[in-house]
Amino acid sequence: MVELTINNIKVEANEGDTILDVAKAVGIKIPTLCHLKDHFPTGACRMCVVEVEGMRGLTPSCAYPVQNGMVVKTNTSRVITARKTIVELLVENHPQDCLICVRNKNCELQDLSNIYGLREHRYCGEKKNHAIDISSASMERDPAKCILCGRCVRTCAEVQKIGAIDFTNRGFISNVTTPYNKGLNVSDCILCGQCILVCPTAALREKSHTKEIENAIQNERKHVFVQVAPAVRASLGEEYNLPLGTNVTGKIVSGLRRLGFEKVFDTNFAADLTIMEESTELINRVTNVGTLPMFTSCCPGWVKYIEQNKPELLKHVSSCKSPHEMEGAVLKTYYAAKMNINPEDIYVVSVMPCTVKKYESERPELSENYLADVDAVLTTRELVRMFRMHGIEFEDLNDDDFDNPLGESSGAAAIFGTSGGVMQAALRTAYFTLTGHNLDELNFEELRGNAGIKESTVNINGLEVKIAVVNGIGNIGNILDEIVEGKSPYHFIEVMACPNGCINGGGQPIHQKTDKVIERVKALYKIDEDAKNRLSHENESIKKLYSDFFIEPNSHLAHEILHTNYVNRKEILRANVQPLK
Amino acid sequence: MHNKLFEKYDRGNRSHLIGLLQDVQDVYGYIPEIAMIDIGEFLELPTSSVFGVATFYNQFRLTPLGKNVINVCRGTACHVKDSANILFALENELGIKVGMTTRDKEFTIEQVACIGACSIAPVISINGEYFGRLKTKDIPKLIAEFKKKDEMVENIEGEE
Repeated sequence: MVELTINNIKVEANEGDTILDVAKAVGIKIPTLCHLKDHFPTGACRMCVVEVEGMRGLTPSCAYPVQNGMVVKTNTSRVITARKTIVELLVENHPQDCLICVRNKNCELQDLSNIYGLREHRYCGEKKNHAIDISSASMERDPAKCILCGRCVRTCAEVQKIGAIDFTNRGFISNVTTPYNKGLNVSDCILCGQCILVCPTAALREKSHTKEIENAIQNERKHVFVQVAPAVRASLGEEYNLPLGTNVTGKIVSGLRRLGFEKVFDTNFAADLTIMEESTELINRVTNVGTLPMFTSCCPGWVKYIEQNKPELLKHVSSCKSPHEMEGAVLKTYYAAKMNINPEDIYVVSVMPCTVKKYESERPELSENYLADVDAVLTTRELVRMFRMHGIEFEDLNDDDFDNPLGESSGAAAIFGTSGGVMQAALRTAYFTLTGHNLDELNFEELRGNAGIKESTVNINGLEVKIAVVNGIGNIGNILDEIVEGKSPYHFIEVMACPNGCINGGGQPIHQKTDKVIERVKALYKIDEDAKNRLSHENESIKKLYSDFFIEPNSHLAHEILHTNYVNRKEILRANVQPLK
Repeated sequence: MHNKLFEKYDRGNRSHLIGLLQDVQDVYGYIPEIAMIDIGEFLELPTSSVFGVATFYNQFRLTPLGKNVINVCRGTACHVKDSANILFALENELGIKVGMTTRDKEFTIEQVACIGACSIAPVISINGEYFGRLKTKDIPKLIAEFKKKDEMVENIEGEE
């Protein structure tokens, strides 16, 4: 233990703690910009400087460990002037277009400018001038708004272990960008959007689809259907200051009706459908000596990753489309025929916690008869913006139910939104298919929690099924290497590109509350616990869909509509490289 | 061709990055994109990090050098003697900015801190040959001479 005083308060702290940690524990807020929790400090932004008695100059508190007898002052006028100057210099090299900025009122630079009372322009210098990168289908990169804190760079390289962007050049022209300043579209980026979640400004943001959707709703000829992903219902309330982990499913449904969507369906229905298809595919691969281990294919970020990095392993990836694409495909085939609607007049919108889904919906493989399965994708954040624009008072909405038949779902589908959920849901159904009776214990505790790789073995009819659950694409490396070397012990592996799964997706509300993920996950497991039916194969609407239309999982028709194929994107990226002269 | 250069380095050791970049530049005169990717794969670094380092240091070039390399001295003495305008005149004459190479790959303009010929400031060097006490009006003639020389060489080569 170490004793020190901060602002005349005597504090006890653990050795190795930083001044920043200790100050926070006693309720003293020190502003930060480049600081990223659980990461090695870079001390780049100098916002967190404090005065330490006996030390020359100001000390960055995020990077300085506490010592016995230390006397720290965090709010002297010298400290405040230094911080204010930093903010002033950052602001002067910034577009200052807060009024028309997507992060208005949710921007760390704006907050700091407000806190330090910037009221005039004391410096008028040259501003950096970089083009906006709009090349990708999911994300925009606006370097003019970048304050070079490096949080995106570190998240991409250290958490996701991709490193699509990095600092380039030096001095005034230094910039966070992709190699050769080519667009994100032709970089190693998998569009997971984790960088958006850590960006303090709007330098990284999603590509908005709201305008297209408004136009479609206005178009009388179009039947505009919407579906909501499981993870959205556990997080959207945060944008309205509801407690973390509030389940707002009913309010979302009624809000979407008020926005003018003709039908509001549940992606959870298609999640159950995915489980039927995927568990059957797994059983086929295991019993017919197919390619093993099999990977899940629900996460388009993961699919993009393996296409770009290890295309030789693509045969390991389940051929199932992701749930929202299945929902779109069923809407434009089965439902269209049933309701006697021309599929060309159907416009399917997905509300997703995810940025990659925007790119996924534009993949040519994910279409029927040249009609995209899903026409537009909204992130959780964009949906909130639409609610606000349409004057919908979210807190006052009544709870509504989804439209049927594509609105019924099991508890197994709800947990798709969290890491380990797909695996648990698939095991429940695979067990039933192979043994004819249901599992006694539906919860797999060892597959829950936020560990990067979780593994387990399940005994089904004497067959030891070895499974692994990976969340955060940065944790996948060893598992892929094992497969290449032919040493992988697993049968089935679930992969989610974002840490903790979709619940922490790149399209979710942006704020730096540390326990947000835990609470959101709890909300999803509660939906599962409370559900009348917790098994995908006992979803009555799914049963009817098979008896009416697909006949059985993995039937010829199911393959045509619910399954897809993948592309060697490594070749495509390499083709983009300038040849040697 | 550059993969041979990797032999004397350890795979996955990122501290060899700058050495490798220098070796590649020695072979090609610049760092080609494909080499940048291969270096990244060899050292297990993302291409963006390799690119970041290559753009951080002035010693690395991302485009090939032209046939004639013009070094413009921007040291103190030359600056006093208006080398800024000499550079401007060169950029105007060749239609490129400093650090760039003309489309026909004939000329590259580089900026140097001091080339040690202050007595004849403002000075530039073309392919190692010094041209001092320059005035902006000398530039077009000088460039034209080099263009003519190149044409003559080409014609002789053609006849052979």
